[in-house]
Amino acid sequence: MKIAVLSGKGGTGKTLVSVNLAAAAGQAVYADCDVEEPNGELFFKSKKLKSEAVKIKIPQVDVNKCNGCRACVDFCKFNALAYIKNRVFVFEELCHSCGACMLLCTQQAITEREKNIGQIEYGQSNGVAVCTGIMNVGEASGVPIIKQLLAKINQYDNGDKFIDCPPGSACTAMESIKDADYCVLVAESTVFGLHNLKMIYKLVSFFSKKFGVILNKYDKTIDNPIEKFCQQKDIKILGRIPYDEKIAQINTAGLILVRTATEYEIMFKQLLQTITKEIKNETAIDS
Amino acid sequence: MKIAIPAEDKNIESNVSQTFGRTNYFIIYDMEAKQMETLDNSAIASQGGAGIKAAQLVLDNGVQVLIAPQCGQNAADVLAEGDIKIYASIEGTVKANIDAYTAGKLVIMNDIHAGYHGGK
Ligand code: SF4
Ligand code: SF4
Repeated sequence: MKIAVLSGKGGTGKTLVSVNLAAAAGQAVYADCDVEEPNGELFFKSKKLKSEAVKIKIPQVDVNKCNGCRACVDFCKFNALAYIKNRVFVFEELCHSCGACMLLCTQQAITEREKNIGQIEYGQSNGVAVCTGIMNVGEASGVPIIKQLLAKINQYDNGDKFIDCPPGSACTAMESIKDADYCVLVAESTVFGLHNLKMIYKLVSFFSKKFGVILNKYDKTIDNPIEKFCQQKDIKILGRIPYDEKIAQINTAGLILVRTATEYEIMFKQLLQTITKEIKNETAIDS
Repeated sequence: MKIAIPAEDKNIESNVSQTFGRTNYFIIYDMEAKQMETLDNSAIASQGGAGIKAAQLVLDNGVQVLIAPQCGQNAADVLAEGDIKIYASIEGTVKANIDAYTAGKLVIMNDIHAGYHGGK
C-alpha cells in the first residue's frame, strides 16, 4: 500500500506523521519527496547503503549550425532561451527539459547533454528502508527527482510505503500523490491550518484520491475550525495528535516518537490501524 | 541612442513600473530624435523567466540603456551580454527619469537580485 502524507505548508507536522507511521509499521519504506528540504533522514539517522544521481537533459546549441531563425527562443514556454548577438543562450535553471527546442530546430543545431540536478540516497533504519530525494539548490523543478524516487520504491517489497510529500499543492505535490492508494492530510488545528488544509483538500479531491485528516497540535479545550469543516464535508478524521510539550521535546531532539515513548508507539499504531481499515473499507465499497 | 524604461502606462508622464520582468509597458526613448514609442510587455504572462523574455524584448529593440528600479540576475545576464547598461531609476515619472539620465544624475545599478528560482 502506498500512503502519501501531505500538508498545505511546511512545519505542520507532515514529516512527524510520515516518519512515525513508517516507524510504527516496523517493516516499511519511507520516501522523502520533499526534495527542497528533505528532513525525514534527520530522524531516521539511517545506515547509508548507496546514493545515485538524478540527471535531466539540457539543450546545447552548436553556433556553427545555428542560422539565427530564433524559432527555439520564441517557442520555449519557460523562457529558458535567449538570443543575444547572434547566439542562442540557454538558462539551464529555467529549462524544464521538454525537448521541444531540439525537435523544432530545422538546422539540427540543438543537441542534449546531461545535467545533475540532485540525488537519491538509500538507507536502512530498524526495518525501515529510508529513501531520500535531494534537489540541488536553484534547480527549476523537483519533479524528475520525485519520479525517479517513486519508480525506485516500486521495486521494494518490504511492507507499506509512506511518501512524505512536498508541502503545498504545486506540481511536485501532484507528482508525489499520483500513484498513492491513500492520502493523509496533516493540519494544524487553527484557522490558518484550515486555510492550508483546504488547498490540499482541493488537490486530493481533484485527483479523486481516498483520504483522511490528522489533526496536529490538537487542543480539545479550543473550538476547532477544522473539525467543523471535516464534519461538513464528511471527511474522516483519522486521529488527533495532542498539543504536548513532550512531543515537541522529543521532536526537537531529532528522535522518533514511536521509538522513544510507549504512549506514542501505541498512538501511531492505532493511527496505522485506522488508516488500513479506511483503505480496506473503501476498496470494499468500490469493488 | 535608445533608452528603455518599464512604465505603468503608455505615456511619458506615467510612473516607472516597480517591476522589470512583469511591467505592463516599456517606453523606448530615442535621445537623438527625441521621440518615444511604447511596447507592450509580452513577458507579463510568462509563468517563469519573465525577466529573460523582457530583457530579450528590450535587446531586440536596439536599446543601449535600461533605467529600472530593480532587475533580476537572469535578465541582468541577458542585458550584460547584449552590452546594455542598467541604471537605477529614481522615484517619479518616466520623463523625470529621462531628464535625470540626460543630466547625468542616475547611477549604474549594482545590486542585482538573485531572483526567485524555486528555492525558499
Ligand atoms: S531553432 Fe535552431 S537554427 Fe533557429 S535559432 Fe534556434 S538553434 Fe538556431
Ligand atoms: S528543452 Fe524545452 S524548456 Fe528547455 S530550453 Fe528547450 S524548449 Fe525550453
